[in-house]
Order: sequence, then C-alpha cells, then structure tokens
Amino acid sequence: MSAIIKVENISKQYRLGQIGTGTIGHDLNRWWAQLRGKEDPYLKIGETNDRSKKGHSDYVWALKDVNFEVNQGEVLGIIGKNGAGKSTLLKILSKTTAPTTGSIKIKGRIASLLEVGTGFHPDLSGRDNIFLNGAILGMTKREIKSKFDEIVDFSGVERYIDTPVKRYSSGMYVRLAFAVAAHLEPEILILDEVLAVGDADFQKKCLGKMKDVSVNDGRTVLFVSHNLSAISQLCKNAVLLSNGKVVDINETSLVINKYYQQHLEINQIQEVKFEGLLKDYLKFLEFFINGVNPFANELIVHPTQQINFELKLLAEKNIPPFRLSLAFFKDNVRLFSISDYDFYESTQGQFSCTFSIDKNVLRAGTYQIGIGSRTEANLWVWNEHVCSFNVSEVYDENINILDYGILNSKKFSTSKRNLNDT
Amino acid sequence: MVAKVMEEIKKDLSNNSDWTEVIEPKISFLQLGLKDVWRYRDLLFLFVRRDFVATYKQTILGPLWHFIQPILTTVMFVILFGKIANIPTDGILAIPFYLSGITIWNYFVACLNGTSNTFVGNAGIFGKVYFPRLVIPFSVIISNIIKLGIQFLLLLSVLIYYWFKLGQFYIGWSWFLIPVLIFMSAGLGLGLGILISSLTTKYRDFTILIAFGIQLLMYATPIAYPISYLKAKSEYAYLINYNPLSAIVEGFRWAIFKNNNFQISTLYYSFLWMVVTLFLGVIIFNKTEKKFMDTV
Repeated sequence: MSAIIKVENISKQYRLGQIGTGTIGHDLNRWWAQLRGKEDPYLKIGETNDRSKKGHSDYVWALKDVNFEVNQGEVLGIIGKNGAGKSTLLKILSKTTAPTTGSIKIKGRIASLLEVGTGFHPDLSGRDNIFLNGAILGMTKREIKSKFDEIVDFSGVERYIDTPVKRYSSGMYVRLAFAVAAHLEPEILILDEVLAVGDADFQKKCLGKMKDVSVNDGRTVLFVSHNLSAISQLCKNAVLLSNGKVVDINETSLVINKYYQQHLEINQIQEVKFEGLLKDYLKFLEFFINGVNPFANELIVHPTQQINFELKLLAEKNIPPFRLSLAFFKDNVRLFSISDYDFYESTQGQFSCTFSIDKNVLRAGTYQIGIGSRTEANLWVWNEHVCSFNVSEVYDENINILDYGILNSKKFSTSKRNLNDT
Repeated sequence: MVAKVMEEIKKDLSNNSDWTEVIEPKISFLQLGLKDVWRYRDLLFLFVRRDFVATYKQTILGPLWHFIQPILTTVMFVILFGKIANIPTDGILAIPFYLSGITIWNYFVACLNGTSNTFVGNAGIFGKVYFPRLVIPFSVIISNIIKLGIQFLLLLSVLIYYWFKLGQFYIGWSWFLIPVLIFMSAGLGLGLGILISSLTTKYRDFTILIAFGIQLLMYATPIAYPISYLKAKSEYAYLINYNPLSAIVEGFRWAIFKNNNFQISTLYYSFLWMVVTLFLGVIIFNKTEKKFMDTV
C-alpha cells in the first residue's frame, strides 16, 4: 500500500488576543524581517498550546511538528481533547488555512466536510442546494446530475425537494447535506463530527456508507470525532493528538486506550477526579487488577483466568453506610456492573474490597472501568472512565469463538428439546 | 550496492512526482490560480444563479428594482443638476445623459462593492471548504453584468422613445466600444475590490474607507456633469483626468451618442490602471486566501 497523504513537520502558529492598533507593529516587524530575507521573528517565541495554563507569549503553536502518513483506502480516526489541534489539522488538510511551516503532499482530490450544509442557501429549494453544495464540494454539474436521484434517495427528503431548505427540520437539512457529501467521489474525504445530528437510523446509514466508501471504493477517509464508539467502529487506525503534537499512531483500540490514560494524565487512582457529593469524604487510595496498578502499566489480561479487582479506600469522616460498584464499558456501552450488595456499616478509616470476574467471561478487547459508591440516602461518588484494561485474544475451547458478542456465551446455558413427540 | 541505491533514488523520484497536490505555507508569487477557477466554472455559474434567484425572494417588485433605482436617480439628477444648477449636458438631452452615466457608474460600483466584501462576507463558507476563492468575485462580476444588461435595456428604450419623439438617433461604429468600456469598468472594479477585500481581512478600516470613498469618487467622476463643462469653468479641470473612471464614463457617452470630441487615447491611462490593479489584486488576493481564516 502506498501513502496517499504525507504530512511532514506541519506546524501552525496562532496569535492570541485581538487585532487592533498594536498588531500592525508586529506586521511591520515581520515584513521587515522578510524583506531582509530573515526568518519570521515571531516563529521562535511560540508556546505549547495549553489553554488551561497562563502563558507568557502572545503566540501559541496549535500544531507542532506533526508527521504521519495515510495509506490509500485507510479510514483514519483522529482523536484528542478539545484544543489538541484536530480541527486545525483538518483545516490545513482541507486548505481553508495554510500551515506556518511544513508541507502536506496529497494524491488526488480532497473533499472536506467540516460541517455539513456548507453553502446551503436558505431561500433556495433542496434541488438547487444539492447542485450548489455539490459544486462547492468540487463536483461538476454533470456529476451531480448523474447522481441526483441517488442523493435524493439517500437523504430521504424526496417530498420536500422543491421546498426552500429554510422550511426543513434540522434533521432533514443535515440528511440532505450529508447525502450530497456522501456521493462525492474524491479520493480523500475529511469528516469532522458530522454524525452529531440525525437520528439513530440515519447515523447507522452514514456509518455504513462511510465503510462502504472506504472498503469497496478504496477511498481514504479522515474522521475526527469525540464519538469514540463511532471511531472504533469505523477506523482501523487512529492518531492521538495532544497539545498540538502527535502522541500515538496505532490500532484504534490501543490509541483510544491511551487517550483515556493520557486524557487523565495520572499514575494512580488517587489522582483520578471523581464526581458527586460523596467525593470529599470517600477517597480511593489504591486499585489493582490482578495485583497490578493499571494506571502505571498497560494491562493485558488472559481471558481464561479469573480477573481480580482490588480497591482500597478511605472514609475521612463518619459517613452513612455505603456500597461500592465497578462498572464495565466497551466502546462506551455499559456492559454490566458488579456491586457489593451489603452496605458497609458507617465507620471512619480504611476499607478494602475485592471484585472478580470469572474466567472465560470476557472476550478479547479493551474494557473501561467505572468506579463509584452510593449511600442508602443516595449520596454518591462516580467516575465512568477510571482506567482500562485489555483482554488478549486466545483460542481456548472454553471460549466459544464461533459465536459473536462481547461476552462469552458458553457461560450461559441452553437446552434443546424435541417437541414433535408430545 | 550501487544498483540498490539507484533503485532507491528511482523509487523516491517516482513517488515524489505522483503527488497531485502539495500544501505549503507559501505559494509562488505568480501562481494566479486561474486554472483552478476554470475547473470550478460550474460553481461560478451556480453562484451567479444563486445571487439572482435569492436576491428577489420575498420581494413584490422582484427584478423591477433594477429599473426603479436608475430611474429615480436620473429624476433626481435632472432636477438637481439640470434644472436647479443648470449644468449643460454636452449636447445631448438631459435624461439620456444622466441615465448613461449612471448605468456605467452603477456597474463599476456594484463590482467594487460586491467584490470588496469577498473574504469577510463569505468567511462562513471559506472556513469550511476549499474552492478557488476567486470564484466568488468572478461570480459577482458576472451577475452584475446581467443587472447591467437590464439597465442597458432601460437606456435603450429611452433612446428609442426619443427617436420616435424627436427623430434623433445615433448608431455607428463607436457602439463597438461599449463592451470594451464595460469590460474595463469590470476590471477596475474587480481589481480594486479584491485588493480591498484582502486588506479588510485583517484591518477593517478599509470597510469604512470604501463606504465614503465611493461617494467621494462619484463627485470626481463626470456623471452629473460633462468634462467640457469643467474645462470651461476652472483651470483645475485637468485634475479629473487622473481619475481612471473619467475616460470610461465620457467614452461610454461618446460611444452611444458621439456627442463630444472624446479621444480614445485617453482610455490608455484607464487601461493601465485596470491592468495594474487587477494584477496586484489577484496576487494579493491569492496570498491572503491562504491565511485569512486566521485573521478575519
């Protein structure tokens, strides 16, 4: 496979603050440097883009030395916190803004869909807007004409096609817009959070279409989203950005895993931020999976072994009786929870609690753990993504690999009876 | 060993030549991007259509507005400059004199105004998707040509009216100059417009400047008076020749009526202006296009 996009040392600098009388001084300075053939003097003073910390410079790097390649037919996910540089990267790729330094080499046409419905004119009918939007996205009139019926069919707004789009519901609007974009035939398609609107049915349709586009047509898709389950469904590989730098490029599940850890930037459970009123009184001290601290190490568990979870906590005050729970998530779906049903008698001091999952229950994959506690009076403390662990892929007779599903169905019993005799 | 290296180099070379597009911080100075505009010509005409269709949605008079505006302006000029100030109209009737001046001037202003707003007015679209940005100002020029056509029809019908009433009508070779003059005012409007539009992306001062700048320019252009009148009145009349639009407006009247002793050579000066502003405009526009989203 060959690279279809090659991103080399891309950096993007932004100036903070407002444009006003003071800005022209910097402009003149820069122009003077350029005239003498020198480097832009403000390129040296940029800082890492961390919006939560106060910086000293007026210039920040939204992206700094980003390098990666995308292969033909690959669906690459791009994830990262707000402000990690995802959108800046896409803006540069879609040519709406230029990089400060570096270059990107591309084979073929790029069409971006940073927000659907770009260029829709509210007063024009759906039909006119299909043509206008299609042309904005780079199609010729003939191409649109030949796909028109398909587009209308995909959008499912046939009845309204001659009505101005300002009369559309927001869902219809997005459906029509996505339909146009989905029928583009660029070699590379860029998508940013397009699935946020639209009902479940339509979202499914979109995901299917995107998969179809990449697998059957061999086109390349770059997909930015905070919807990690959509990312893990669609993308084989993903890039993790943080503060304008590439942290990881790898298989999606591993990258998502890292995202959670890096997202929290913690080494032990004490640093995890919990929510709820109870968090001030109940402190989690230690957490082990099979005796290993999951924050410090990337944990891989053998599916044919029992998995033990050990939680140590401290009640700082005399709090009402409480109950502890562990919740297990895969791809943002809560699979099940384990709770100790007895409420602890209220006391101050340290507690320890163990949970376990039987062997041969979980299949291979990455699981996130949520930890929480609740009192009888419904005071609670909770965090959905405390840490994660992997279950390795092992072929064992006790794991029914012929069956699909997240959990191993051999744990459940079935029986068959012939009803013809009775 | 050597063969291996050669192969490696070959592979590298072939790989490099495959890239259809390279995104870099700067583009070369003379990369005008007109080829890209041609590739997007369908979009260009869809924008023209959009402008035309969408402007008159939810209006009662619709395209009739194209007639009303020059008619009212002409009436105003006839009363103010013709009747009250008593300024002569260069050997032609007052109404065709003012109407012809207003027609060509309106086209220039429409082009200038429409294109000077390109970046700021379309920041929404530009921020989301790439297409050659020049498509927008070009579409403005073209959709204004349609409006100009409508206003020219008005002018023609006035001429025909006077033909029947007074038996005066002129048509001759000079009419061939009309499209040239229209092209020149389009070029000037476009050149200045995209220049200003590039400058406004960072400093909005130019938006304010252009609003009253157009007003001032109108006084310095022979629309409500002929140059011959100025020359008779003041020794500073030659100053008006520095305005590149003077020759265009005077020439437009000469082409239609052959009423004054207009020298075609005076158009060279306007032509030079057009070429320089267009050239500078397109270069600066293309330079701005790359980064304006960060400053707009």
